[in-house]
Amino acid sequence: MPTYNITVNGDKKAVDASPETPLLWVLRDHLDLVGTKYGCGIGQCGACTIHLDGTATRSCLLPVSTAEGKNITTIEGLSDNGDHPVQEAWKAVDVPQCGYCQAGQIMTASAFLKDNPNPSESEIREAMHGNICRCASYNRIEKAVAMAAEKMS
Amino acid sequence: METSNKITFSRRNFMRTTALAGGGMLIGFNLFTACKEAVKPPVDIADLNFNDFNAFIKIADNGMVTIFSPNPEIGQGVKTSMPMIIAEELDVPWENVHVAQGVLDTKNYTRQVAGGSQSIRFGWDALRQTGATARQMLVNAAAAKWGVDASECSASEGIITNSKGETLGYGDVVKEAAALEIPENTALKEPRDYKIVGADAINVDMEKIITGKPLYGLDYKVDGMVYASVLRPPAFGQKLSAFDDMGAKAVEGVSDVIRFGEKVAVLANNTWSAMQGKKALKATWSDNSSLENTEDHDKILTEILDGNKFETRREDGNVKKAFAQADKVIERTYESPFLPHNCMEPMNFYADVTDDKIHLVGPIQTPEGTANRVANMLNRDVNDIHLEMTRMGGGFGRRLYGDFVMEAAEISNLAKKPVKVVFSREDDMAAGIYRPAIKYRIAASVKDGKLTGYHLKEAAINSNMYGLIPHFFPAGCIDNYKVSTANHQSKITTGAWRAPYTNFLAFAEQSFFDELARELEQDPVQLRIDLLQNVKGNTDDRIQYSGQRMEDTIKLAAEKGNWGKQEEGVYQGFAAYYSHNTHVAELAEVVMKDNFPVVTKVVVAVDCGIVINPTGAKNQIEGGVIDGIGHAMYGDLAFKNGVPQATNFDEFRLIRMQETPKVETYFVQNTLSPTGLGEPGLPPAGGAIANAIYNAAGQRLLKQPFVKHIKAEVKELVG
Ligand code: FES
Ligand code: FES
Repeated sequence: MPTYNITVNGDKKAVDASPETPLLWVLRDHLDLVGTKYGCGIGQCGACTIHLDGTATRSCLLPVSTAEGKNITTIEGLSDNGDHPVQEAWKAVDVPQCGYCQAGQIMTASAFLKDNPNPSESEIREAMHGNICRCASYNRIEKAVAMAAEKMS
Repeated sequence: METSNKITFSRRNFMRTTALAGGGMLIGFNLFTACKEAVKPPVDIADLNFNDFNAFIKIADNGMVTIFSPNPEIGQGVKTSMPMIIAEELDVPWENVHVAQGVLDTKNYTRQVAGGSQSIRFGWDALRQTGATARQMLVNAAAAKWGVDASECSASEGIITNSKGETLGYGDVVKEAAALEIPENTALKEPRDYKIVGADAINVDMEKIITGKPLYGLDYKVDGMVYASVLRPPAFGQKLSAFDDMGAKAVEGVSDVIRFGEKVAVLANNTWSAMQGKKALKATWSDNSSLENTEDHDKILTEILDGNKFETRREDGNVKKAFAQADKVIERTYESPFLPHNCMEPMNFYADVTDDKIHLVGPIQTPEGTANRVANMLNRDVNDIHLEMTRMGGGFGRRLYGDFVMEAAEISNLAKKPVKVVFSREDDMAAGIYRPAIKYRIAASVKDGKLTGYHLKEAAINSNMYGLIPHFFPAGCIDNYKVSTANHQSKITTGAWRAPYTNFLAFAEQSFFDELARELEQDPVQLRIDLLQNVKGNTDDRIQYSGQRMEDTIKLAAEKGNWGKQEEGVYQGFAAYYSHNTHVAELAEVVMKDNFPVVTKVVVAVDCGIVINPTGAKNQIEGGVIDGIGHAMYGDLAFKNGVPQATNFDEFRLIRMQETPKVETYFVQNTLSPTGLGEPGLPPAGGAIANAIYNAAGQRLLKQPFVKHIKAEVKELVG
């Protein structure tokens, strides 16, 4: 089995995995970083969203072989103390219900706000449209993204 | 039920205390049953088990309070709201309270089912009394220390004060308190004095959720564990003939391939390899000639409705006569498809079956029943089973069923290894225990401009509405009233889905009332209020809801949502329903965009008694309403030769952000005992939006999912 050198949350890791193994499972099963969630495996739900060189990316569709040499950030590495403005907003708005989708939501929102720190309501709705929340905490996700944007700008 | 501050049963038998070896006091308590004579809580926290007690409260010698609650959290927020009730009566600052998930041994655990929005309703009295009794013990201990009478002391925010103004913290007296007799007749607080109940408390697992800490079953891992991906019959009713595992075994990481029953498990050292191994299996299935199709179900259910083989579930007056004497009879048929639960976290469970014990870990709403089934299946003593519950990535009814636990246990037993069964999304959707397809036919008789009779018929796959539903609104409002049910047995597995039956029944009835109002030339909201007058004073104790509470809830929604006073281009729709002991009314607003109706806002009024945690309560309602809209609009699962026609989110459409309205929630203010919130927000949503869509587009929607039926017709109508 080939070895891949990947950088996750600033740490260099060597993992043995077959080349087509999605980064999602490398993170979860090989590196014990289980904050990144499995929801669909086909890029439809956003639960597995991570940052790849700063861009929100679906880790369930990203073969580990293509992640080599790139900087990967997961929910565990988004901030040192869970205090990224998006995480703070999530707390203030009390967003989660079951909570399962929320890591993916937060990773999508944080990458989006980096590119667009002053989004309109419809831009927020569009940016978050790819992430499913089965508990339908959508109103609060929307509110928390707007709140984080306000804090960040 | 009016909330009272009287003790209704003896606390003494329901709780026990010990002094912890490491300092502090431990209280073990039971919610609904007396403790066994000899039992005492352990003196070491490491030895906590829930065999003898439902939950534990630890009060440390620094005054910090830890509540060990094994109540499963599926997203309804009970893990936050139940401890709030204890903390309120114990009278400690919420910041000093920490909630720990208890490890559950299943014996004697009375309320272990997190379903039916019942946790709060059942726990309310017991949790309050436990908190209050513990507070009294601390006060008694302080009084003894001071040498004064306990009546001269009071406790607030974790501090006990005597009449001289001297103070002691709870932590200062825990040792003494633990040794005291458990007092009787402790007074409870008046609702107006509440400080924690009624104030917003964020989800107790917030920090872990937003930083990605392991919490869910899918995150659980132990050394030496293997992952199992299971191949199941693709069609309901099929059997496994043969399989070839050459390809599966060639997948890197795959260790074993095991047949059990009609299924084949592929075991590997990581999830991905297990899933790939399963895909590489080649299996043949014996074709059963009676594989089912949605068209067949459709025909069968219609035949049932057209026939006369019904069971009468409630009958008031004489419906037959009312219909015979009517000036006019209105009849409509409403149709719904099967629905999968689609919990965001797919089904999974860990099992380690060894000769001396069985260790089970994962997300399950029915630990006790499931442990018993596992014991039966493996022919083992249930006392060998140790079951731990994890946080659940959604439940919606799916995790009431332990099929995936049984699979994990069976595979581990055969493989002699610790195994975690992981469903792929496709497995999760295709091996479902679905909301059954149902048709309702509702007929009403009108005489002299008045509603005189009402007949509701249900034709459902596998099973019919549960016993209380025939006594929900509008039972008791109409003199001649009848509910009849019949079903068709199918091989497709069905079960509870968020707000069972009412999730679709409320849509049918509330759409029907809208049409009825038009027929009677009455305002739809006023029609409901007028009808409700008839149930007030009705002495039939089978009737579940309160006419007054329903009326107040309807009026609150109508007032907050400006019923009848909408802006130009905005169309309103109304629905009200009682389920899970909670009264809910919803007013939806729809606008037309590109000839398509879009729901922009829903105003919700809720009477759930005392609201324990407003932010959590609103979250549940917002979620329930949007979930209800999403499934009414898009939810569809068809079958072809026994095979579900959607297996992932590309084929099964769930509501997403851009399709969501803003939900505004208002609570009816009262001091009645609290009722559940996880489900009752959902049922009225479909009716409210269907009625608004009618007002916007002139089309009556009788079938779900709406999107399938709106597209062609409305575009024509408005286009
Ligand atoms: S798991 Fe990657 S998008 Fe759903
Ligand atoms: S909070 Fe449950 S899926 Fe989003």
